[in-house]
Parts: sequence; C-alpha cells; structure tokens
Amino acid sequence: MPTTTKKAKPKEGSHRGSAQSSANRLNVQKTYKLFIGGKFPRTESGRYYTLKSAEGEQLGNICRASRKDFRESVLAARAAFKGWSAKSAFNRSQILYRLAEMLEGRQAQFIDELTMQGSTKVAAQKEVIAAVDRLVYYAGWCDKYQQIFSAVNPVASSHFNFSVLEPTGVVVIVAPEENSLIGLVTTAASAIAGGNTSIILASESKPLCAVSFAEVINTSDVPGGVINILTGKLSELIGHFTTHMDVNSIVYCGDDRAMIKKIKSDSTSNLKRPVFRTAINWLSAEAETPYFISDMQETKTTWHPIGI
Amino acid sequence: MNTMPTMTIPNFSLSPRIDQVGIEERASRFTKRSIKTAAKIEGLNLVLSMIDLTTLEGKDTAGKVKQLCYKAMHLNDAYEGLPNVAAICVYPTLVKVAKNALKGSGINVAAVATAFPSGQAPKSVKIADTKFAVRQGADEIDMVISRGKFLNGDYNFVFDEIAEIKEACGEAHLKVILETGELNTLDNVRRASDIAMHAGADFIKTSTGKISPAATLPVTLVMLEAIRDYYYKTGKMIGMKPAGGIAKAKLALHYLVMVKETMGDAWMTPAWFRFGASSLANDVLMQLTKQKTGNYQSLNYFSLD
Repeated sequence: MPTTTKKAKPKEGSHRGSAQSSANRLNVQKTYKLFIGGKFPRTESGRYYTLKSAEGEQLGNICRASRKDFRESVLAARAAFKGWSAKSAFNRSQILYRLAEMLEGRQAQFIDELTMQGSTKVAAQKEVIAAVDRLVYYAGWCDKYQQIFSAVNPVASSHFNFSVLEPTGVVVIVAPEENSLIGLVTTAASAIAGGNTSIILASESKPLCAVSFAEVINTSDVPGGVINILTGKLSELIGHFTTHMDVNSIVYCGDDRAMIKKIKSDSTSNLKRPVFRTAINWLSAEAETPYFISDMQETKTTWHPIGI
Repeated sequence: MNTMPTMTIPNFSLSPRIDQVGIEERASRFTKRSIKTAAKIEGLNLVLSMIDLTTLEGKDTAGKVKQLCYKAMHLNDAYEGLPNVAAICVYPTLVKVAKNALKGSGINVAAVATAFPSGQAPKSVKIADTKFAVRQGADEIDMVISRGKFLNGDYNFVFDEIAEIKEACGEAHLKVILETGELNTLDNVRRASDIAMHAGADFIKTSTGKISPAATLPVTLVMLEAIRDYYYKTGKMIGMKPAGGIAKAKLALHYLVMVKETMGDAWMTPAWFRFGASSLANDVLMQLTKQKTGNYQSLNYFSLD
C-alpha cells in the first residue's frame, strides 16, 4: 500500500534530512562530543547547551565542558608533547598535509554545517576551501620556520653563539567566535606546526564544525592528545585556562578587553605566553604568516666555546 | 619474641577459594567514594606518610640514593607541615648510603633481598643476601618468594624459606613479596598470603614492581582479607604493602578507602600499611598544592626524584 503521507519535505541543506531521506525514515542525528586524547568523550559534567539556527531550529546539543574536562585535556596534551615535539619537522609537515587531505574529502559536510550556522552557501564554500589551503600552508612551514627565525649571533668572546626555536609546550587556544572553521584551523595548525600540543575551545555560538574537525583529526595521523577540542562557555573556563600551571601559552582570538586583561595578569603565575589575535581577517593572507608559529616558540641560545 | 602460642600449621591446599567476580565487584566499589576538601587533604597526608620511596634499578648509584633520601626528608619545603615518607627502599649494596643520609630523620631503610626480583638463587645465597642487608643497617627486609616452587605446589619449600629468612632478619621487619602478577589466580594469591603469614612475615607485599600487572585493587583486597582472617584466628596484626603501578593520588585514596572499609582504623597507619612507589609522592604533592592554591599544578615545579 503506497504511503501518501503529506509530511513536508525537509528543507534543502537542512541536517534533518539529506537528499535520500524518506518520510518514513527516522534520521540519525549526530551527537556532538568533546575530543580529548584522541577519544570522543561526553563532558564528565553531563551538562550541555542547545544550539539553534537563526530560524530557531534545533541544531544539536553541545557539551558544556567543565573544569575537569579541561584538566583531562591538559594531561593528554602534556603526555603527547614529548612525542610530538620530537617528531622530525618533515614528519609533522606530512601529518599536517594529511589533515588537509582528510578535510578536502569531507568538504560537503563542513559546508553543510557552516550554512546551518548561518553562513551563505558561497561563503561556506569559500571558508572550507580556505581551511584546506591553510592546512597546506602551515604544513609547508613546519620544516622552514627554523631557518628564518634561528640565527648565528655575533659575540665579543671566542664562542660560537647560536639561537634556535623550541616549542613552548601546551597551548590553550580560544578560537574565534566568527569564522569558526578557518579560525580554528589556522590557530591549531600554527600551534602544532611548531611542535606544541594544544587544547582548543571552539566557538560557543558556532561549534558544529569544530566537533566535525575533530573527526578529521582522528582519521588523519595526528597522534591522540596533540589537538584536543572542547566546547562550552568561555566565561566559566577562562579562569582555569589562565591559572593552570601546566599550560605554557594561551592564544585568545577575540577583542574583549576585560578578558585580555585577565589573561595577561593571570598568566604571570607561571609565565604563560599570552598571544592575542584581535581583529584578524582569517580568510585573508593576514592569517598566513610564520609569525603565527613563532609566537608560540621559545628561543634557546647556546654558547659553544671555540678555539680552545 | 615473635613466636606465637602453639598453633598448628594449616594445610595450605585448603586455603579459602576466592570468588573472583565478587572480589572485583567489591574492589570497584571502593573507587566510588567521594573524598573532598578537608578529608582529601587528610587522606593525601596519610598517603605521603605511608610511602616507601623506592628506587630499584640496575643503574642506581650512591648519588641517586642520596638524592632520594633528601627528597624523603624534604618532600616539598614550600608546603608547611608535610609528613615524611615511611621508608626508603633500595638494594642491599646501597643500604649504608641511605642509612647515613637519613640519620636522625626517623625514616626507615628497607632493602630488597633474596635475589630480588626473580628469587632464582640457592637458599644459602638468599640468606647471605639478607644477612648482608641487615648488617648494613636495614630496618626492613623485602624478600621475594620462590614463585616457581609455589606454582609447582611445593608449599613446604616456600614456607621453610620464608621462615629461614625471617630468622636471618633478626630485629629487622620482614616484608614478603608474593609477586602476584606471576601467581595467575586469586586463589594462589590467597594461598601465598596464608603461607607467608604463617611462616613469620610482618608484612605481605604484592609485587616487585618489575612484573606487570603489579598491585591492583582486587589483589590487594584478597590479601587484606587474608590478613583479617589471620588476625581473627591468631590476634596477630600483619601489615600490607601494595607496590608497583600506584602512581596517582586518586588511586592511592581508593586504596585507603579499601583499607578502612576492610580492616578498620587500626591499619590506617604507616606501621601497618605502606605504598611501594616512586612517582606517587610527586602526584600527591601536586594534588595537595592544588587543594591549597586552587590551581592545577605542573610537574615542572616538583623535584624529579
């Protein structure tokens, strides 16, 4: 007996039903979870917030990460640091390129998610393609930034004196609220290209592609713990980000002056390297620079006696 | 005098059988207690005071042991009012170094003897090893049982060996390492515990730390229950020392919960319960500092050894 139900067809581009969904089929919804140490746990707190589109349609329940989720991510990032920073620059480059490969193949999903979050189709396409290219861009820098930032220094004594960069360690990144994909990809890529490991707090209002990007990371060759992704409220997490003694740098992509002040003053507890990326056009060449890598590096200078 | 009133030695083949599923269920319950704030600080301090700070490596040197002894006496000078650890655990050749370094601190020196960790040496060598460690000044001897003989069912051999080592210890306390990771079943763990206690052990200890798995909650629970049964039967208290694989403060608190709920308050002191560990102390110090400052800590700010 043919079914003649007159249910409205789902809107084009809506995640509730893609092309083949029939009226009788219950769509399988995606659970948006955190990404910690290469695994996808729910938040230990059991809290979530509901994400809605501009039209008021419910897009998903998003984990509200807690202090303890952050603590676990720092442990994972710290554990991953030794192996990741010891990888050869060329190998890190290959792995970043692999990320680009994986993202390239999943463009459609990301375009879909960006449009759900309010982008126009054209803008979404542009952002996803830029994100793939951005990964390739920073993949290229992995084995090159040392050459331009390192130096042999002239000194007045009989020493061979040279400076090289070393990764600062565990970096917390507060991703930009807008440009939720390209901003996250740029900050993550520039942090890990230099051998750091990272914990990223995704855009609070546009977290969908952050969680999906975690799936891209997981299917590439990035070791677990090198990039950890949290979703939730910056206001309740920032205090833990800035005071954790095992975090070496904090990157804030925003322009809240009170927040910037707090990050600066709290970071003094263990001399975290605060980095602020305000008013950046993430899609432009402004976000393509090796200084994004060197911002999260320490300079090691060696004095080597000569002529003895 | 450590002899007990005349008691017949039981037939160890008849040691109680262990319900593995039941033990694992019970042990997992101990991990569900919520211990916060003041109770947590109290617990962490108690954990520190129960640690046998251990270095048992082929590459150990006098310098390394001195360093460890310093750490034992100065766990974290920035934090007022911390207890000392209970003992330092080293190889017999380094006992003298440790003894000198710890002079006046009240911290014991424990030595692993009897061809640690394999125990594969003639009895005469094991006894000589023990006597050497005692002569060097060890307050406690950690011996290993002959697991091969035990698994062969030669319980009398194992019993006699422990008894003879106990005699060689003289005044020193004897801890008997069962190496539960090699005993295969919880039944065997229970049987080995019974043998060790009847043969004169002052403490029974899970592992050498050289075999995985080392100490686990279920294995420790079986041994604690053996101690409890022995205590009910004879009135004699025996100490317990899980060793190996306890690196986190949280896990150590789970162990304390287990001791408390299985044995009661009497065992909640360094005299009757110890942790054999090397990296546990730093994690406890980090948690204590977290409680005090409110900020999560980094290992960068705590000494390596």
